[in-house]
Amino acid sequence: MKYVDEFRDPEKAKVLIDEIHALKDTLHKDGDTPLQLMEFCGGHTHTIFRYGVEQMLPDWIELVHGPGCPVCVLPMGRVDDCVTLAERPDVIFTTFGDAMRVPGSKKSLLQAKAEGADIRMVYSPLDALELARKNPEHQVIFFALGFETTMPSTALTVLQAESEGIKNFALFCNHITTVPTIKAILDSPDMQIDGFLAPGHVCMVVGEKPFEFIAETYNKPIVVAGFEPLDILQSIWMVLKQLAEKHCSVENQYARIVPADGNPPGLDAISKVFELREFFEWRGLGSIDHSGVKMRGKFAQFDAERKFTVPNIKIADPKSCQCGEVLKGVIRPWECKVFGSACNPETPMGALMVSTEGACAAYYNFGNLPELLAKRDKKAHNNIKESAA
Amino acid sequence: MSSTQVKRKLRADIITLAHGSGGKAMRDLIEDVFVGGFDNEHLAQLEDQARFDLSSLNALGNRLAMTTDSYVVDPLFFPGGDIGKLAVTGTINDLAVGGAKPLYLTCGMIIEEGFPVEDLRRIVASMKATADAAGVAIVTGDTKVVHRGAADKLFINTAGIGVIPEGINITVNRAQPGDIVIINGYVGDHGAAIVDARGEMELENTIETDCQPLNGLVESMLKSCPDIHCMRDATRGGIATVLNEFAESSDVGITLNETALPLRPEVRGMCEILGLDPLYLANEGKLVAVVPADHAEKLLQVMQQHPAGKDSAVVGEVLADHAGRVVLQTSFGGERIVDMLVGEQLPRIC
Repeated sequence: MKYVDEFRDPEKAKVLIDEIHALKDTLHKDGDTPLQLMEFCGGHTHTIFRYGVEQMLPDWIELVHGPGCPVCVLPMGRVDDCVTLAERPDVIFTTFGDAMRVPGSKKSLLQAKAEGADIRMVYSPLDALELARKNPEHQVIFFALGFETTMPSTALTVLQAESEGIKNFALFCNHITTVPTIKAILDSPDMQIDGFLAPGHVCMVVGEKPFEFIAETYNKPIVVAGFEPLDILQSIWMVLKQLAEKHCSVENQYARIVPADGNPPGLDAISKVFELREFFEWRGLGSIDHSGVKMRGKFAQFDAERKFTVPNIKIADPKSCQCGEVLKGVIRPWECKVFGSACNPETPMGALMVSTEGACAAYYNFGNLPELLAKRDKKAHNNIKESAA
Repeated sequence: MSSTQVKRKLRADIITLAHGSGGKAMRDLIEDVFVGGFDNEHLAQLEDQARFDLSSLNALGNRLAMTTDSYVVDPLFFPGGDIGKLAVTGTINDLAVGGAKPLYLTCGMIIEEGFPVEDLRRIVASMKATADAAGVAIVTGDTKVVHRGAADKLFINTAGIGVIPEGINITVNRAQPGDIVIINGYVGDHGAAIVDARGEMELENTIETDCQPLNGLVESMLKSCPDIHCMRDATRGGIATVLNEFAESSDVGITLNETALPLRPEVRGMCEILGLDPLYLANEGKLVAVVPADHAEKLLQVMQQHPAGKDSAVVGEVLADHAGRVVLQTSFGGERIVDMLVGEQLPRIC
């Protein structure tokens, strides 16, 4: 397939893998103290597992799968709010497909649908707007979620609704922002990450500039990465190269899609419709300042949180979940106490087991489960022996 | 010449509750649309049951095979097929992949009040054509009409019986290390065709279902290699599910080669856009067979000569390693585990 296969060429992959191996001596690394590289974005995590990229890398590189899956990090309280909205008899609630399965404190949207709520899967916010046009007697709510990548399309849909004077359309806004979250991870005392792959599609909207602080303030290399497996390998090589040459900057591997200054009309639409929230709650990471957006007062009539009553109750993450530690690279997904047992894709407890883009779900679905669990038990056993000694 | 003299005529444009009430209207429907449409000697008797001669069944083999399936697809008509073709094909295939020669089908229809008679005739004609082409007869049936909203337009159940020849022993637990995995063509066409036909994606091309009876293909396969170890048709859950069933029940590992997997560019394109995995997409005319290595090459040639298997390919092999698991060698040079699907496949957000 044109424009796809070129980026999945196994021969080119071999060349890149060799180049990566060649940096080992310069970096003075081995399997006992591996370099930790974080791919922030869930799309990257998906590619890494879908193509088996991780097994192709040497053992002195450890990939830490970051919090960039908007479905995963949605807190239970917000899912409960969705269910409350969806269960109103006058409402058609519309959502992207993979948000359907996220567990709330009582039920997921999938369960609410089975119980009779009118919940429909859409591919774009414009599909939701079309439903509003066709169903004037119903209130159509779109579950707006995602990072900056999906913000322009929801913003433009709201502007479209406004210009057409559509009264029965609203957003339940759960858009979140990347930069404050990466900053929160970098400020965390147990953070061990050596370099970052920046989310390519977020950068397509916001550009490279917002990520410069990672190199300038925190002295970590960061490469804007594409989503094909060769993109990932090349970006990893570029991060390693910066580490080997002992310099830090934002480099753009995904220049075929990402202009340095992003997408100005998209950013313009975002700033017209949205403003920063003081803080937003993340599943697994807790509350992070300025990490979400809400709708500006001018668009109150399209804001489901203002138009309807939403319970907005904060539900704490289950105590046994170690999602936060996994997200910061302190432990590997399979080292979590409940991984694969109490927490699995059918009955996820933690954020990272929720969507196929979540690190834990990826390990569960694409990894060798018995082997991983045996590794966890062995490690736990060794820890007990060490502390006894 | 028709074997049935149709006496009663259905003149209505839509199905009403009267057509399921047991009275005259129902007889009009049954005799005109079903008996006339399916047109065979068993049905024409208008008895409460179809009757078969045991000695003719005995001559075909030593075991009866029986199966049933219900069909609830939306939309009812889609490129390359419709619910009727699906209902006949699906049950034929469930019999065929066990090595049975399918012979007779039943047809139960649950019709929503208000359903257009013209559509019903179209579906019955499609069932008849599919059954004829596969050499099976629809010999008995049942009709229920339910209130508007109590069913979605039309549900069909078909059951079927067939006869398994002596010496054939195809079971889910017979895969052995060294065996070869063969599939009879492109994967995921049906699942992609249904997504496409729902019109939500507004794709520029049309993807056709692969809906086709497999009994003819299986018959030629068994002639070439009577000792096929495992065989299933890969419907819902796709080939990933079938391979996991083989690996788990036979306690063996299966390795699958992504590069060898037949996948149409348009199906692949849709999967790329929606974040779906073609390994889990439904098929309605695809079988996965696990066969002894020394028969594989010959069998593949035989399959490729049959119209239902012209794109057949060897896609993997059975190993003693990683028992119970299916491992995909990715086209990129990595590998990953292919597990059973959890829930349904949902499109990804971004």
